[in-house]
Amino acid sequence: MEFLFDRIEKPSPRWAKAATACGLLVMYSVLCFWIFSSSVQDWKKVWGYRVVFLNGWMTTVGISAVALVLSTAFGVGAALARRSAFLPLKYTAIFYVETIRGLPLMFLVLFGFYGVADKLGWNDRLPVGVLILSLFSGAYIAEVIRAGIESVGRSQWDSARAIGLTPAQAYRFVIFPQVLRQTLPPLAGQFSSLIKDSSLLYIVGVSELTFAAQQVNSATYSTFEAYLPLGACYLVLTLPVSLWTKILERKVRYES
Amino acid sequence: MKVEFRNVTKAFGVNRVLDDVSFEAEFAHVLALIGPSGGGKSTLLRLLAGLDRPDSGTILVDGNALERSEEALRLYRRTIGTVFQAYNLFPHLSARANVALPLAEVHRLSKGDALRRADDVLHRFQLAAHAGKQPGLLSGGQRQRVAIARALAIDPKFLLLDEPTSALDPEMTAEVLDVIAELRDLGKPIILVTHEMGFARQSADLVAFVADGGLRESGPAAEFFSNPSTPGTRKFLEKILRY
Repeated sequence: MEFLFDRIEKPSPRWAKAATACGLLVMYSVLCFWIFSSSVQDWKKVWGYRVVFLNGWMTTVGISAVALVLSTAFGVGAALARRSAFLPLKYTAIFYVETIRGLPLMFLVLFGFYGVADKLGWNDRLPVGVLILSLFSGAYIAEVIRAGIESVGRSQWDSARAIGLTPAQAYRFVIFPQVLRQTLPPLAGQFSSLIKDSSLLYIVGVSELTFAAQQVNSATYSTFEAYLPLGACYLVLTLPVSLWTKILERKVRYES
Repeated sequence: MKVEFRNVTKAFGVNRVLDDVSFEAEFAHVLALIGPSGGGKSTLLRLLAGLDRPDSGTILVDGNALERSEEALRLYRRTIGTVFQAYNLFPHLSARANVALPLAEVHRLSKGDALRRADDVLHRFQLAAHAGKQPGLLSGGQRQRVAIARALAIDPKFLLLDEPTSALDPEMTAEVLDVIAELRDLGKPIILVTHEMGFARQSADLVAFVADGGLRESGPAAEFFSNPSTPGTRKFLEKILRY
């Protein structure tokens, strides 16, 4: 059974890895079938609600896409503000980042919607939800970007100044391209989190994917058939992102 | 070219790196600044490069006082070429793009002209074969030569080189010093901070000894090395020329 062990000094052969993966897949499938076959009642009933799933999934994709752009904007803005010499700006950024990162998203969604937006007379669920999600994710992205900017050495700023670039040009041509390469892997991870976190918006009634599965469940009473596709739909979005992250991580390693 | 410091002081925190420094140096080709580490050579060069501002005092280059505003200093920096000890190049850009960046973005050449000029300069330094490579794929010596090429491509009034070879092995050091000697023959004035005494003696017309926050002695290279006049200089030279 030595081929089942993958060691640095003695890597297991390719065929062993493939065989193990396939074997496990079959084994776990059988296990799941054995455990859950009794809980599966009727896929047909749920199939009738496929449009609800599709709409929910599209909403989730839409929320994630818009929040991705918005949270990047918030993140870059907060990261730059936090590096600013102008104290009111700097402290506002620190306050934003540290507060948001210290609070659970569930609280932000509930308080943001019922406590703030609703009181201001803005009860358009979808945009409020997207904004809350973007503010939440933006705080994390700000820290990623800030770490990225700080990882670019002092010497790069010196060189940029020595050739006569303005600060804006230095950011554009020298700093940000390097920050982007450094931070793409953690950013991709953050975007994957953002997709998953969007599921929490169902608690204020945004009709995204989780909300759809909930609806299907309560209409059909087939819990298993309603939630299994839910998981699959999220994986379809997040697995490519993490695969892409792995590829990027390998690609960005350049010497300086 | 003429450089003049009038009562220049520069401190980092409580550490007075340059303390009320005054001197005049006039030279045709190369001014070499030598001295112990931490003696103020690099700070002096950074002030000359317009990268830092003195806390007090005035610096004059060819009779013109350096201004204090960042905008004015930026315009000044655009007219000179500065090369540091290492990490001059932008690691995400090819050698060609590194040279072309200031030409296109600072000196307003078209993209095509900037790249053509970059290729010309790289060719002149026997770097044409490496033009497409990013700095990570170049040797230390090649990187420094590309950095010098970038500084020279903008046709600067003069060049400031801050220990351009101290991060290199002897073979690469020779390779870079060859290039600097070539620049000397081109007639571009050079101010150079260096630990390469042989090179300073051979190529500099003026050598200045910087130590303990000030310029202690300066003179024509031959005279400076054969007959140093201050005890501090003598001690320093004895120490570093012993082996």
